[in-house]
Amino acid sequence: MNAADERPIRILVAKAGLDGHDRGAKVVAAGLRDAGFEVIYTGLRQTPEMIVDAAVQEDVDAVGLSLHSGAHMTLFPRVLELLRERGAEQILLTGGGIIPEADMDALSAMGVGRLFGPGTPLADLEAYIRAEVAERRATAS
Amino acid sequence: MSSLADDIRAGDRRALARGLTLVENDLAAGRDLLVALGAGGGAHRIGITGPPGAGKSTLVSALAAMWRREDRQVGVLAVDPSSPFTGGALLGDRIRMLTHSGDDGVFIRSLASRGALGGLAVGIYDAADLLAAAGFDPVVIETVGVGQGEVEICRAADTTVVVLAPGAGDVVQGMKAGLLEIADVLVVNQADREGADGLVSALESAAELRDAPAPPILKTVATRSEGLEALCAALDARGADAGSGLAERRLDRARARLRATVDGRRADRFWEGRSDALEAAARAVAAGERSAEQAATELLEGDDA
Ligand SMILES: Nc1nc2c(ncn2[C@@H]2O[C@H](COP(=O)(O)OP(=O)(O)O)[C@@H](O)[C@H]2O)c(=O)[nH]1
Ligand SMILES: [Mg+2]
Repeated sequence: MNAADERPIRILVAKAGLDGHDRGAKVVAAGLRDAGFEVIYTGLRQTPEMIVDAAVQEDVDAVGLSLHSGAHMTLFPRVLELLRERGAEQILLTGGGIIPEADMDALSAMGVGRLFGPGTPLADLEAYIRAEVAERRATAS
Repeated sequence: MSSLADDIRAGDRRALARGLTLVENDLAAGRDLLVALGAGGGAHRIGITGPPGAGKSTLVSALAAMWRREDRQVGVLAVDPSSPFTGGALLGDRIRMLTHSGDDGVFIRSLASRGALGGLAVGIYDAADLLAAAGFDPVVIETVGVGQGEVEICRAADTTVVVLAPGAGDVVQGMKAGLLEIADVLVVNQADREGADGLVSALESAAELRDAPAPPILKTVATRSEGLEALCAALDARGADAGSGLAERRLDRARARLRATVDGRRADRFWEGRSDALEAAARAVAAGERSAEQAATELLEGDDA
């Protein structure tokens, strides 16, 4: 499906968890827009249910979750579980925050995509999402 | 195996979302889907436009809450501009509509304008058709409107609501003409802020200069759902077409769309397999060997359409 591959990448960027600022997520959202992505930004304090509901309706290629509350071991698996429940496991789940390497490995084993620590250059994130989405679109068509 | 159309008819929201992707990108499967689903009956398509920050998204969310009380299924298409340089877009309208999360009776889709003029995404007509066919009524289309090219929204909507907020005085001066012409309903939102009454009177005197009858001018406070009953009533009255001109608008829209769709299909069919011929003809024209008229006539030779 050639035309499908040329369409812009759509990504949902959300800040999960209870802590109160979303500067990091906003910077990432603006950066990905400047990289040519269509970024759906849903703001602060998103529950996994809200995130997945929006991701399904928007039919995004990827979800980028920002979190700093230390709840990554519950939030990421829950979002993944809900995506699967809704038949949306094709959507890439990625994100960032302060996450110990061992936890990253554990999450990756569950099917979560690569997670990025603070200060990761945006270009790395962009390149990863492009490659991953291209692969997922190719297998879907 | 059930088809995408069947899944959408059965209320599967993931299927609907995928269908919207197909039609938004004008893929063949999207066209087939629209054919399979058929017409959606007379869903009221409501365009909501106005400058950034006027409170359009907040108002759409408050309206959706009202309509949900009547058990109507509400479809929302929220359009934001794409960057002309990178093609990227930041789509933030959902932030104001989060209260409907988890309610299958409200379906919100963010669309990037992808370079379309007048703030309307190319696939918006088809996307609205799809939501209507899936049983949503009304279908609301939110677009940013700053005074140029807003006529586009009239082509997609039965009813155009222009939302303004006080404090945009100079901006309003500049855009009044374009926006006023297309408004079926004028809303002064953020009526809790200073200057709302002044804006209402300014709009009243400006509206008198229109060719068309003056539209109703309503004050709302979207954040507190104030003034929403009157707005809903005005929209319902328009939807019921008590001499409101809705039928005429729909007929105009249908005519324009049919022409555009047939023209587009014809053109696609014509150009299929002719890219080499186009390239050769373009070179001849660019080199000054043939006029564009000559080259076009040659390309069209033997095409009986
Ligand atoms: N004071 C006041 N603020 C409002 C009202 N409606 C919306 N807002 C605020 O105006 C800002 C922009 O609203 P939004 O719905 O995103 O505007 P849009 O850009 O036109 O879609 C938000 O901070 C809203 O909370 C209102 O009636 N009164
Ligand atoms: Mg908005």
